[in-house]
Amino acid sequence: MSVSAHLIQKGSIPLEQKTHAVEFRHITKRFGEVTANDGIDLYLDRGVIMSLLGENGSGKTSLMNMLAGIYFPDEGEIYVDGKHVTISSPKDAFDHGIGMIHQHFKLVDVFTATENIILGLEDEKYDLKAASKKVREICERYGFDIDPDKKVYQMSVSEKQTVEIVKVLYRGADILILDEPTAVLTPQETEKLFFVLRAMRQDGKAIILITHKMNEVLSVSDVVAVLRKGRHIATVRTAETNEQQLTEMMVGKAVKLDILRVPPVDPKPCLTVKNLSCRDKEGTLKLKDVSFVANSGEILGIAGIAGSGQKELLESIAGLRHVAGGSIKYTPADGSESELVGKTPMEIKEAGVALAFVPEDRLGMGLVGGMGMTGNMMLRSWNKGKGVFVDRKEPEKMAKQVYDFLEVVTPSIDYPVRKLSGGNVQKVLVGREIASEPSVLMSAYAVRGLDINTSYVIYDLMGAQKAKGVAVIFVGEDLDVLLELCDRILVMCGGQVSGIVDARTTTKEEVGRLMISTGGKGEN
Amino acid sequence: MNREPLIRLAKRENMARGKVWMIRLAAFVFAVLLGSLIFLIVGTSPFTAYGAMMSSALGKASGVRQVVKTAVPLLGTALALAPCFRMKYWNIGAEGQITMGAMCATYFALTFGKAWTSLPLLVVMGIASVIGGAVWALIPAVFKARWGTNETLFTLMMNYIAIGIVAYLQDGPWEGKKGSQIIPNFEKTAVLPKLFGVHIGWIFVLLLVAFMFVYMKYTKQGYEIAVLGESENTARYAGMNVGRVTRRTAAISGAICGFVGFMVASGANQTLYSGVAAGVGFTAITVAWLAQLNPFAMIVISFLLAVLSKGASGLQTSLGIPASISDMITGIILLSMLGCEFFINYRMIFRGKHKEGEAAK
Repeated sequence: MSVSAHLIQKGSIPLEQKTHAVEFRHITKRFGEVTANDGIDLYLDRGVIMSLLGENGSGKTSLMNMLAGIYFPDEGEIYVDGKHVTISSPKDAFDHGIGMIHQHFKLVDVFTATENIILGLEDEKYDLKAASKKVREICERYGFDIDPDKKVYQMSVSEKQTVEIVKVLYRGADILILDEPTAVLTPQETEKLFFVLRAMRQDGKAIILITHKMNEVLSVSDVVAVLRKGRHIATVRTAETNEQQLTEMMVGKAVKLDILRVPPVDPKPCLTVKNLSCRDKEGTLKLKDVSFVANSGEILGIAGIAGSGQKELLESIAGLRHVAGGSIKYTPADGSESELVGKTPMEIKEAGVALAFVPEDRLGMGLVGGMGMTGNMMLRSWNKGKGVFVDRKEPEKMAKQVYDFLEVVTPSIDYPVRKLSGGNVQKVLVGREIASEPSVLMSAYAVRGLDINTSYVIYDLMGAQKAKGVAVIFVGEDLDVLLELCDRILVMCGGQVSGIVDARTTTKEEVGRLMISTGGKGEN
Repeated sequence: MNREPLIRLAKRENMARGKVWMIRLAAFVFAVLLGSLIFLIVGTSPFTAYGAMMSSALGKASGVRQVVKTAVPLLGTALALAPCFRMKYWNIGAEGQITMGAMCATYFALTFGKAWTSLPLLVVMGIASVIGGAVWALIPAVFKARWGTNETLFTLMMNYIAIGIVAYLQDGPWEGKKGSQIIPNFEKTAVLPKLFGVHIGWIFVLLLVAFMFVYMKYTKQGYEIAVLGESENTARYAGMNVGRVTRRTAAISGAICGFVGFMVASGANQTLYSGVAAGVGFTAITVAWLAQLNPFAMIVISFLLAVLSKGASGLQTSLGIPASISDMITGIILLSMLGCEFFINYRMIFRGKHKEGEAAK
């Protein structure tokens, strides 16, 4: 494989090139009744970074999983370097030089970087020294910054991701697929990642980037392939397109990409958290002296690298976690004051504090996958009323409301929510919490994995709640959105508050810096 | 390597109801044919053999009565297990809970059989059996709720303790004639009355079917069970007391098992011995799963199993075919019925048959 022969520069993709690094020919994949990929024709050349863009459920991940040997296409063929190949396992994919970096890392914590990298390599002699040297070479070549002898449990998320990438390169991959790699990174780390991606492009690798974030698409990729509802809509050169155009291709119609932010509506302290601490099951301190005030009529954003204590904070407020110390004062609009620490989740909920937490698997908390919308609405009201029977009438009404208002796509309100697409699942969850008319609405990762259109519906919902005087706490992953949507942003790092900034005046860089600075001071 | 796998599996959803039942019927027919092969091997005509099974189970009123008598504890226990399984609490201790229920009932039968009249005695026996079964089921549940112990092993071990206790009573304090190792038969007052020739336990279990259907589908407790079975986190989030729901559900399950023990001891056996549960606690697991936890389907399944079991003993008496052969037939039928669910949930795609595979869908 002569790599340099195909090396091309950004913006100059010769269309007459004979063999492509990867070519999909009429690929179709079905899951039951759902067609995930519908006759996809797509190719990628060496020395090119391609962004794969599409709404949730548009078939990006399933298409890439077929290239990585996780799924097998129902119809169509895959060509690598012009040769028809059959990829029926991840090992086959590796043999063709294809490597995928998944969102969830698959590393052994107690092993070093090198040990993880050579783990499972059968046809190579176990020689740590030589391997370590080779790892160093790869790192130097592309500008990675890791210590091959560092143990994985001592690494930051970004370092772990680097190990995953090096692992793939070590195995000789020259076609790399990265599935939403920046979701777990700070802005600075993202820049670093893009730097090595560009170095790899220079070296003639073919890189596919699955992402939702438009600014990343525009800044790093050479071409953008847009999928919509399982079909390949178009592949365009990044230099010749813009955000608006890409979004319209993704959604299939014109969309408005502005978040309407009104000034805070009569803000009064609604939730006063003082020196809150909590530990996990193993006794590790997960929250340390967290203090802040959430005002009514305001959106308080919470930023931080994944696992910095965001989940623990919300769960402590909701009464789902045993609090080790500190206090949470709750002052709803009627002026009464109460302490939430020590109350049961039910009591807190009754008092008007709602939590819409979207976990990674979307269903693990807050929803029952096997039940329909009505059954899930019942989670809030099942205990209401006298007698031994549950009331289905009220939840049914609520389900219909949410169904109409949020345009949930489901065959019926009794259809199991597990079988709905991610966006619709989240609409059910957020819709239910809003329908309970809370005084405090906490939402975590409410737009996790959602397409642009639906995301903006959710942002608008948050804005509407704020306008109604609700204290909204919004844990988010996308800094751009936090900066646009929130009034103030609380930044967490290692279970502590590293700063609370005004979202209107702060910069992405400042928030990024706070995300990695422990021991910072809050404004309170 | 450059070949596509010979068979691939694809999950399928929303198969038409009629087609689902066609597959189940086909599985049954397949099992019957496979069973014929076994009869042929042992040198009997399958027609004669199946005929003998059917006529012994359903040919005479006495056979039918026998079938109902066998089906009653099976159905009762399957109903008892349903809420536990819905909660994903693997109670495989029905055997022990039945035994403890029967033991508690027997205590009153032996002590007050002569002194009391029938109705109060039977009521007290029933209550005692319910309490005995519930307590026996509650012990593992308390441990599970408090320390997160594994309920599968715990409930299983509790079986052997219960059976051991009865074996001791049978051989010691409650022994009738010295050296007989048998507990004497109950007085007439302690025996369940009959209706249409079978002890009235069959009415109780039918009432229980309706109760369990309503309980699981329409009550708050049923809802709690369903939510907890799906996700403990969600249950906590909804403000449910996970420990209490676990304990309560296990206790209800144990209580029903205990009552089954009472029905078996008082209605069918009219005495107590260590084998009172006779494997019902385990067979009922199959019944519950085959019925997919639907109480009404359980009636059909337990009746079917009872027919097979009566047919098996009929085979032995009329044709001299060992009971183990009939057990094999029963096993084949159960395996096919459970196995066919695979074809309902998955589609097989053979190499090079993409288009045809799709068309056949």
